[in-house]
Amino acid sequence: MSALALPPTSARRRRADRVARGLVALLTLVALVPLVLIVYYLLKQGLSSIGLDFWTTDPTGSFLGSPGGIKSAILGTIVMVGLATAVAVPVGVGVAIWLVELGRASRFAHAVRYFIDVMTGVPSIVFGLFVYITLVLAGVGGSSFAAWKGSVALGLLMLPIVTRSAEVVLLLVPDTLREAAYALGAPRWRVIARVVLPTALPGIVTGVLLAIARAAGETAPLLFTAAVVNDTTFNVNNRMNSLPALIFQNVGQAQDRLVQMAWGAALTLVAMVLVLTLLARMIQRRSRLS
Amino acid sequence: MEAGTITPAGGRSSESLQRSPAARLPDRLLRWGLTALAGGVIALIGYFFVKLIVESEPIFQKVGFLDFLFTSDWVPSKGLYGAVPLLAGTLITSAIALVLGVPVAVAAALYITELCPRRIRSPLTVLVELLAAVPSVVYGLWGFFFLIPKLGPAERWFADTFSFVPFVGGSVTGPNYFVAGLILAIMILPITSAISREVIATVPSEHKEAALALGATRWEMIRMAVIPYARGGIAGGAMLGLGRAIGETIAVTLVIGNAPTVGHSLFQQGYTLAAVIANEFGEAASDPTHRAALIAAGLVLFVLTLVVNAIARAFVLRAERGQRAARTPAAGMAA
Amino acid sequence: MSDPAPDAIRRDVPPAPPERTPVSPQPVVPKASERPSADRAAAVQAPARAVRLERLNAWYGDQHSVKDLSLTFAPNQATALIGPSGSGKSTVVRCINRMHEEIPGARSEGRVLLDDLDVYDQKIDVVAVRRAIGMVFQKPNPFPTMSIYGNVAAGLRLTARKASHEQVEGALRGAGLWDEVKDRLQRPGIGLSGGQQQRLCIARALAVDPDVILMDEPASALDPISTLKIEELVEELKRRVTIVIVTHNMQQAARIADATAFLLDGELVEFGATEKIFTNPDDSRTEEYVTGKFG
Repeated sequence: MSALALPPTSARRRRADRVARGLVALLTLVALVPLVLIVYYLLKQGLSSIGLDFWTTDPTGSFLGSPGGIKSAILGTIVMVGLATAVAVPVGVGVAIWLVELGRASRFAHAVRYFIDVMTGVPSIVFGLFVYITLVLAGVGGSSFAAWKGSVALGLLMLPIVTRSAEVVLLLVPDTLREAAYALGAPRWRVIARVVLPTALPGIVTGVLLAIARAAGETAPLLFTAAVVNDTTFNVNNRMNSLPALIFQNVGQAQDRLVQMAWGAALTLVAMVLVLTLLARMIQRRSRLS
Repeated sequence: MEAGTITPAGGRSSESLQRSPAARLPDRLLRWGLTALAGGVIALIGYFFVKLIVESEPIFQKVGFLDFLFTSDWVPSKGLYGAVPLLAGTLITSAIALVLGVPVAVAAALYITELCPRRIRSPLTVLVELLAAVPSVVYGLWGFFFLIPKLGPAERWFADTFSFVPFVGGSVTGPNYFVAGLILAIMILPITSAISREVIATVPSEHKEAALALGATRWEMIRMAVIPYARGGIAGGAMLGLGRAIGETIAVTLVIGNAPTVGHSLFQQGYTLAAVIANEFGEAASDPTHRAALIAAGLVLFVLTLVVNAIARAFVLRAERGQRAARTPAAGMAA
Repeated sequence: MSDPAPDAIRRDVPPAPPERTPVSPQPVVPKASERPSADRAAAVQAPARAVRLERLNAWYGDQHSVKDLSLTFAPNQATALIGPSGSGKSTVVRCINRMHEEIPGARSEGRVLLDDLDVYDQKIDVVAVRRAIGMVFQKPNPFPTMSIYGNVAAGLRLTARKASHEQVEGALRGAGLWDEVKDRLQRPGIGLSGGQQQRLCIARALAVDPDVILMDEPASALDPISTLKIEELVEELKRRVTIVIVTHNMQQAARIADATAFLLDGELVEFGATEKIFTNPDDSRTEEYVTGKFG
């Protein structure tokens, strides 16, 4: 039998394969570069400002002398995002429950799902505009700019995120679980409260945490709803400071120390958001449903 | 539902099988409450849409809808409200974002799903997703203090070397369309990559095996079996990224220069619909016409994102349907 | 049941060996070569290659699924691999064209020789191996985004810019599909029926002119008529290529294979001419399997 030699794969093909794969790997690396640069820069510029003093002093608002700290911004973010969460989560989870348990495949449910989808695509500044038109201009609550109005804008932003992720998780709860509960004679509200929700809880919490992380970083909705103020206040009917707004305010400043404050605030904000995001992912990984 | 049978001895009466009205109340409350909630969402969006239109009325009365959209002078101090520079800036920066961002996002998705060693798949995914956690104001901060100065020399070199290419040559300003587009590209990476990753991961292995068994190299297999299958979904992911880029405000307004003109080149200042709202809001507080113009810009922005997202959803839906069809085993009918 | 046909045909039904449980009665199926075929390939016998396995071992992680297997597949013949599920038949076949190593965690040892060439040799490109050794899978898998023509040309387009129309037609004829699709070559490949799709996959494999075609239960997802057509094809294709066919259908092996190997738990139990395996096997385990006592 003649010696067999397999026709070699052309050099052109082998080269194309190597080049293409190398290019893909290179572009992937390129995708990671910004993250590395941002983290590096944040640390480099912001680390020097960080400290207990920084976090516990209000910004002074003066261009000369010490610019102060970011206490009002941190507290403001916590208050406003907290308020937004307190409204967005019950409403969001409620809508998700309705979609999965009550609406199911009805046409109305399709419409609701469609509108929720629409909401995810709305730019955050448009939400701010909505709230501005309906609440601020009209002076609802006896004030123009108010922290609670900022919360409303943030809540609108969070709502579709919470609903979407809650819906996904609720759908993952096996029907057999529900059927077993119904078969025992439990009324619908009990099944939802005692069986479905507890099972879906980790996933819902994950979605909520991610929504909080998103809302904490948003500036645009707050610009013309809660506006900015320097002092710490807990009066939600007044303007309130927030980390993103403070950063935005100080970016273009000529004063170096104000810029420093912005970097310190940015580092603080990113740290908060990162912690929330990683927490959310950890819970998701531990969840029984995923 | 009521089993109304009454058996003489030992059977249950219909009454005791029905729950008392009081016991059924919670369920009814639940149903009505949640339905109202769900309906409320629809009503809310509709209401906002209407309100936007109503509040932007003044400017359309003054300037006319078409004029608003197609005039190119945006000078509020003179009462001129032509949105062309805004639209142009929005389009230009979004286009740059797509051109720069989509290839990188798809490459990352391909690499993670098909090419990288299994061990680094998970950490790599997390890293790309982490880009989404960075708030837009921090992107703006970083862009303003790092990108703009660092890119300046490179941009100048590029503009000089390729000055014969239209829209490239000419003066280079610090903040400009390109930097804004670049930052947008980075910001849309996570979402486009995530969707592409999902679609690529659902390519059935039987098609990949068929390609390999024919004697295809790894890349040829990706070209033959993976990319054609995932095309639709990837397009959907790109469109969702586009929607995000169109609406991004804070990062853009910090690096685009906020000049209400249409720049002559990539490296000149500009403006976008979203940036103008954020930027001029303070001044417009006292001028109702100006305010109405900004609201109108918001309306246009809203409609734009609605349309783009609808297209994106259509793509993704079609891709999913096509995948389901291709996966259904063909009936082994008379061959 | 029809009248007994001439001897030539009846020889195919394994007669029940004396003092042994007879094989369950099957409808009399004429031998593939006696059936008329519309798309006969050229009668010229092209010399194909032999495949020889020497002490092949394969693992999925820690699971040892092919144990020290040595076997020869003669050129221009169809050899069947039979055995219960889990016996390693598919794994053996996937080791031949080096698809086994595509599975994460899978590895193999031993030699697989195409004539005198070890396909696992360091100097050989796995891509070239797979071009010379084609594969047809259990579930028909034409590329969903390509037309019928595109599917057949897919392999050709890897090495040449354009696939010649003659090559595509030749492959489709060789798979017995030309007459049925010649008017709709641009239609999508997945629009065909299951049996046609499988023949399309055979055409796709044929187009690149392989020396060997591996078939992993090619007809198990198809209806009886399509199965018949595929079996006819195997008879035709033997003239051009060496065929290794995995099948759990013993009657099918009896119908189309020249030689049969019986695998059990990853080991080769017995190998020989098909007729012997089914009528007079040496090993008692073989006998138990072919008489339906297990598996």
